[in-house]
Amino acid sequence: MKVESAFLLGIATFFGVISISYWFTSYEDGGTMMLVGATALGVLPGCYYYFWHRRFRGSKYFFWGKTDRVVGTRPEDRDDARIEDGAGVISAFPGSSVWPFVFGSGAFVFLLAFVFGVWLAAVGISLIVTALVGVTAESRRGGRH
Amino acid sequence: MDPPSGNPSAALDTPPRHGPTGALGRLPSRRSRLWAVAAAAAGGLLLAGCNLPTFGETKPITSQGQDSLKLWQGFFITGAVVFVIVFSLIAWASIRYRRRSHAIPRQTQYHTVLEIFYTVIPIIMVLVLFGFTFVSENNVDALPAPKVSVTVTAFQWGWRFHYAKQDVTVIGVELQDPEMVLPQGETVRISLRSHDVVHGFFVPAFDFSRYAQPGITNRFTVNLHTLGTYRGQCTQYCGLFHSLMRFRVRVVTPAQFAAWLRSHRSGGTSSRASLTASAGGAGK
Amino acid sequence: MTDVIIPQVAGGEYAHVHEEHGPTGLMKWITTTDHKVIGMSYMITSVALFYIAGLLALGIRVQLTTPHGTFISFQQYNELFTMHGSIMMYLFAGPFAFGGLANYIVPLQVGAPDMAFPRLNALSYWLYLGGSIMMLMGFGVAGGTADFGWVAYAPLSTSTYTPGLGEDLWIMALVLTGFSAIFTGVNLIATIFYLRAPGMTMFRMPIFTWNMLVTGILILIAFPVLTAALVMLFCDRHFGTKIYAVTGCHTTAGIVDAHACGSAVLWQNLFWFFGHPEVYILALPFFGIATEIFPVFSRKPVFGYKGMVFATMSIAALSTGVWAHHMFTTGTVLLPFFSLMSLLIAVPTGIKFFNWIGTMWRGQLVYTTPMLMSIGFLFAFLMGGVTGVMLASPPIDFFVHTTYFVVAHFHQVLFGTAVFAGFAGFYYWYPKMFGRMLNDRLGKVHFVLLFVGFWVTFIPQYVLGLHGMPRRVASYPTGLGWQSWNIASTIGAFMIATSFMVLLVNVWVSWRYPVPAGDNPWDAHTLEWFTTSPPPHHNYTHLPQIRSERPTWDYNHPDAPTILHRHGPGHPNGHGPYAGDGGGPTHGNGSAGVAPGVPAT
Repeated sequence: MKVESAFLLGIATFFGVISISYWFTSYEDGGTMMLVGATALGVLPGCYYYFWHRRFRGSKYFFWGKTDRVVGTRPEDRDDARIEDGAGVISAFPGSSVWPFVFGSGAFVFLLAFVFGVWLAAVGISLIVTALVGVTAESRRGGRH
Repeated sequence: MDPPSGNPSAALDTPPRHGPTGALGRLPSRRSRLWAVAAAAAGGLLLAGCNLPTFGETKPITSQGQDSLKLWQGFFITGAVVFVIVFSLIAWASIRYRRRSHAIPRQTQYHTVLEIFYTVIPIIMVLVLFGFTFVSENNVDALPAPKVSVTVTAFQWGWRFHYAKQDVTVIGVELQDPEMVLPQGETVRISLRSHDVVHGFFVPAFDFSRYAQPGITNRFTVNLHTLGTYRGQCTQYCGLFHSLMRFRVRVVTPAQFAAWLRSHRSGGTSSRASLTASAGGAGK
Repeated sequence: MTDVIIPQVAGGEYAHVHEEHGPTGLMKWITTTDHKVIGMSYMITSVALFYIAGLLALGIRVQLTTPHGTFISFQQYNELFTMHGSIMMYLFAGPFAFGGLANYIVPLQVGAPDMAFPRLNALSYWLYLGGSIMMLMGFGVAGGTADFGWVAYAPLSTSTYTPGLGEDLWIMALVLTGFSAIFTGVNLIATIFYLRAPGMTMFRMPIFTWNMLVTGILILIAFPVLTAALVMLFCDRHFGTKIYAVTGCHTTAGIVDAHACGSAVLWQNLFWFFGHPEVYILALPFFGIATEIFPVFSRKPVFGYKGMVFATMSIAALSTGVWAHHMFTTGTVLLPFFSLMSLLIAVPTGIKFFNWIGTMWRGQLVYTTPMLMSIGFLFAFLMGGVTGVMLASPPIDFFVHTTYFVVAHFHQVLFGTAVFAGFAGFYYWYPKMFGRMLNDRLGKVHFVLLFVGFWVTFIPQYVLGLHGMPRRVASYPTGLGWQSWNIASTIGAFMIATSFMVLLVNVWVSWRYPVPAGDNPWDAHTLEWFTTSPPPHHNYTHLPQIRSERPTWDYNHPDAPTILHRHGPGHPNGHGPYAGDGGGPTHGNGSAGVAPGVPAT
């Protein structure tokens, strides 16, 4: 997590410096806003990863609260980790799912409504809602079966 | 030809001072080649404007364009030298090191000194180029008090040149290119704006272009030094007849200019003046 | 049940808890969440769109062979260059790289079983496909496609000046593909942060993966701005807002009143805040491809790995601070700031160049098609880079802005990256994706035609630009000597088109007469070459130990480890099997692949 957090906090630092120097050389608000947005993009996840990094290093503090100790770094952050160290569940990967397609079609039709007529929005929204319900149910059941 | 007097770029026309030395002793050949780049860059800018070719760029008829041209010549020479060096390195590597045996070459991955070397040299070059750019752009964008002012209004798809003080207006649309008449040797200020969409005022012989935008007035100065008629054109894509949105610039002597103004006072020269007086042809 | 993957501790073998017995045929494609299938769908779609956009480019070139071209009308010409640019920029170059190649390759390179969010990944593809269809629908509606250029400068893009349906479709298509890109960016970042194999630390990831990570960040910075700008544009067009619009804002004197109406420059600021990072979103993945290919065919590790990573980061960081160098001639931007930032990009780019050359230096270069394409990329990008430095200087930009000089410059840059490096990657990873080789001789014919055609097309455009020919013109004056240069450029364009016919033949040959590729035909370095070609459903049955950024090489060449410094101990007499001798690695037991000199535990 150390490199990840350094990477994101580096982005934050860079854009912080650029926002300030851009503002005080140009006083142009649009560009400064966007640069500040980019700074936030680095700060938020950067801090998150930084606190995880500290936790992995044995810190009891996670942001402002106390939590359980997490012992040891992740195997993918260790130079000397062996493949076997990653034993265990990696993650749950759905075998297949039709709902992304339904959602995508819904979004497609929904945006077409802006061009060809509002009635298409009804079709689009119902497809999107169906897909949202479907994907939620699929996740709760754990797969397509 | 005369460089404009008091040109501050003259003060910068010296080769860049030497950057880091030391720790480079092991790289004689490449070091000398890269110094050659820096020297050529500086040398190019030093010589520019005297008798160098224009490297493709149109020969400018304004003193501002002369400044741009000098910068272009410097950049072109620097760019050409960098191009030739890197090109040769690539070509050399790809020919010299093509496979000759199935042996595995040395698995070298880092050479810190070399890496620092080719980081620092480009930084120095870039800063030098930026220095020249900075001086030149201040010259090009300078706004001294004008002798003649022209307000240029761009519209779909034509131009309106208005000499406010003299009450002269010239209007032309596509296939009836208007002509902007300007005096030689005087400081001319051009104020640019647009009636509808974004247009680009571009005269190749000025070595200059500037957007004409709705709601914004852009001002720039030209000091013309060569007589003649030159073509101009809209460069920013502005709709159906963008390709035909052209005009001419005619540079005349001050006496001819005064005569021309007298003969054109009050009222436009275009038969379609009414078209552009108010609406300017919005829409497709 | 959901597929859960558990490596068994005993042999380091990965076991599947669940066997696939899902739908088949078309339904299988529609319901897939496999990153490899999605990646391939992305690539096929984007390459198809590349051919379409290339055809449009030929139309443009034919029109310009005569000064008063009558091949197509002005209106058609304007639609043609708009769609050519839009398809190439939004629907080909980006999606091919970060939707296609990255989707396929990144999980393999970090040793992950799939992307972090497989269903989101599938959604990205469907949104992208929907966006592509929507943009092409413009050809079928009354009024034709969008015709305001791929940059859609306001107020030309407001409804007063371009009222058609095609323009609305264009906006909505970009909203869809924008979301698709954002989702893919999130997915890539999460995959890289969370699904790396044990021992695959950040500084052991292949450069391609690094570049995709940085690209993902750039996407997250840039695309939301575009989407927001497009939504505002749509509001201007249909809901009567005046964010960019100037309609009805004229004073009695006929002048646009800046206080009463929208701002044309706002659109340019927003668009280029997206647009310039977008250029690097298109370039960085392809730098990554070239950085994968040079070491493999030089039979050396990449030179200056860490320098390469930091150069990528610097390019990305600087690229978000240079947007207004597209706006030097607006007279409303801070010239020195943007000029300096733009010039500085030359530094990390230069580092990359020297590192690529350093990788080849003292190597044993094997001239396969991917390697030739990558060297073509170097030459093309060199020229584009040098002219890019010139354009970063405002006084020079004042002259060449929106002329053919700029057209030539960005085609050299984007064509150099997206086409040379992009198809280098295509030739390089094709064996991995399909388990069969592309014909190398046909590949070389493709390369030669492409390379010659490329220079013949774009060098004349530099000359035209310096002669003052503006871009996006359907006709030009006679008597200026422009016609012969234009004809030369058109001939080059047809050479490029021919070269891509050769590619089609090559693909057909590989399907009709398959040549099995084996797992690792190139003796490559990175993890994806350790698994089978094509890889199994969840990528790996077992992994080698990861002790450097090239685990597969370490596994196959335990006698030729990386020398971290020039003066370190070397193995000058090292030799090992190469493609053809041994036919790639054999799958021994997974824990044997430990580089010598590195403690195994």
